[in-house]
Amino acid sequence: MCIKQVPGVSEVKINPNTNTLVREGVISILNPNDRNALELALILKEKQSAEVIAISMGPPQAEEILREALAMGVDKGFLLSDRVFAGADTLATSHTLALAIKKLLKDSNSEEKYLIICGAQAVDGDTGQVPPELAEELGIPQITYVQKVELSADKILVERKFKATEIVIIETKLPAVISVLSDINKPRYPSMAGIMKAYDKANVIYLDANALNADKSKIGLNGSMTEVRKIFFPERKVNPIMLEGSTEEIVQKLCQHLKEDKIF
Amino acid sequence: MSIIIDEELCTGCANCVESCMYGAIELDNNIAKVLSNCTLCGACLEVCPEEAISMERDEVEAKKIDISQFKGVWIIAENYNKKIHNVSLQLLSKGRELADILKVNLSFVLLGASFDDKLEELSLYGMDEIIYIKSPILKDYYSDLYTKVITELVLENKPEIILIGATPTGRDFAPRVAKRLNAGLTADCTGLEVDLETGNLLQTRPTYGGTIMATIRTPSSRPQMATVRAGIFKMPEKTNKKPIIRKIDYQFEEKDSVSKIVKVINKTKNTVNLENAKFIVAGGRGVGSREKFRIIEELAEVLDAELGGSRITVELNWLDADRQIGQTGKTVSPKLYIACGISGAIQHIVGMQNSEIIVAINKDPNAPIFNWAHYGIVGDLHEIIPVLIDEIKKIKIEE
Repeated sequence: MCIKQVPGVSEVKINPNTNTLVREGVISILNPNDRNALELALILKEKQSAEVIAISMGPPQAEEILREALAMGVDKGFLLSDRVFAGADTLATSHTLALAIKKLLKDSNSEEKYLIICGAQAVDGDTGQVPPELAEELGIPQITYVQKVELSADKILVERKFKATEIVIIETKLPAVISVLSDINKPRYPSMAGIMKAYDKANVIYLDANALNADKSKIGLNGSMTEVRKIFFPERKVNPIMLEGSTEEIVQKLCQHLKEDKIF
Repeated sequence: MSIIIDEELCTGCANCVESCMYGAIELDNNIAKVLSNCTLCGACLEVCPEEAISMERDEVEAKKIDISQFKGVWIIAENYNKKIHNVSLQLLSKGRELADILKVNLSFVLLGASFDDKLEELSLYGMDEIIYIKSPILKDYYSDLYTKVITELVLENKPEIILIGATPTGRDFAPRVAKRLNAGLTADCTGLEVDLETGNLLQTRPTYGGTIMATIRTPSSRPQMATVRAGIFKMPEKTNKKPIIRKIDYQFEEKDSVSKIVKVINKTKNTVNLENAKFIVAGGRGVGSREKFRIIEELAEVLDAELGGSRITVELNWLDADRQIGQTGKTVSPKLYIACGISGAIQHIVGMQNSEIIVAINKDPNAPIFNWAHYGIVGDLHEIIPVLIDEIKKIKIEE
């Protein structure tokens, strides 16, 4: 499981008077779509005997979401945290995640049988690029935008939504990476016992660049091919012509304008 | 690696504080200070009027590539059921513009099984070259086969720009290709321009649900890859230009893919074609109920418009999911967009802001939708729309 901490985007607003971000009250949350990925992992764990491991890359405060994952029922949480990981685009992020996954697989001698589950996209960057890039790094197949999964010993059968109304059923061999859509399930809430365990006993294990034996040219800013040139607020495009009067007058005025604009 | 603030130059204007999505800069004694939760995104660099902010990079030996070897703009076509996806054609119009500025060729790369008799018709869309990779198995989409073919072609031909539709298919193979090539990829671009000085592609995209826009570039690697949603760019004009057609027969077998397509299920009732609609009438929460949505449908019918809606209308089951417009739905650019009872959350705006004429009807005079509308009507849509329907009927009869 790969999860991400994101700003609660629906709360990020722009002050129309100053055209600046209003950040007050914006909290960092577990990316909503990653909850579906967690839920799926936990359902599969109940059916098969499997260990569920959550990995996140981020600053130390991202430990919060790993605790949350532990509270939901994940077995282990790893946080890839190091200043040199910062500034990563999706290429560098997927490389770092892949290093950690390879290390964990090697340490636990389970290099053959695993499934990586990610949310289809994060609400902040919203690129959805990490899952396929991760699959490529690991040299295993990927299936994105998944809305149903059946897992068996050495393969998975999934429903992939590739158009608004069209679905393809694909079978692929394990190991594999899948990214899941939000309609795949309804994520559970952590139980009280889970929360107690996650905050009292369980440990989030930190891994830095040294632990991953990372090549500095492939991680963080250095490993990123894209760079942010500038950030700006989408500008208000037009000053609306407000139509006033009685309902009949308003409708007349609108139709007149639309005729002049050659719409009618 | 870190963000460095020149304390001599910093005037404490706080532009950087406001530009930071992560709240990682604060003013300390009227001097900007970077906090530990900085992600090095670099957004603050550009906004500083004093040029007091810089990014310190570690000295790392990166493989430099000669970017001047890379020439040409490529569009990778998407197809399904023997039909080219409209977004691929729309990318041809933008691709033509970029290729003309860069004075390079525009190529249309098509992977498929049975397009021989369609190539002539496709030739009209202004490309310089069509590269048609033909194999019976390519009637369907396989991520590994697409990745293999496209990376091989790119390594052989070295294009500088590759544009791909930001559909679930494009968003599936583009990252995998980018990773194999170690190329920069920008998702869901809404603007593409060439920086005339450097020849870099400037890729603008909405981020944080469209709250902010980011312009991204890929300065030191090639190709520069970008995905673009349908409806962002216009369909290309037809021309008489005759492109070169390169047909490559590829010997694939079913066992060449690790994945097996078991079945394709089509759940379509009627095809909704919002992306190409000339007129769209869309409803939001303000419509009130599923029953009351009927009046929006009626307006759409008299206008011969497609029906659409904001996310909440789909969630409330007032509308089918394939009619949702916005960040998580469709991106549209009709001639006329009538927003009825839609407040105008930015997530909706990013899906319809390219409409030519936007009419907003809303009870709340402070609804953000009015910031984007050309014509605004403050009032009860259930009073206004019936009168509007009658008036449009009259106009139609007069015509």
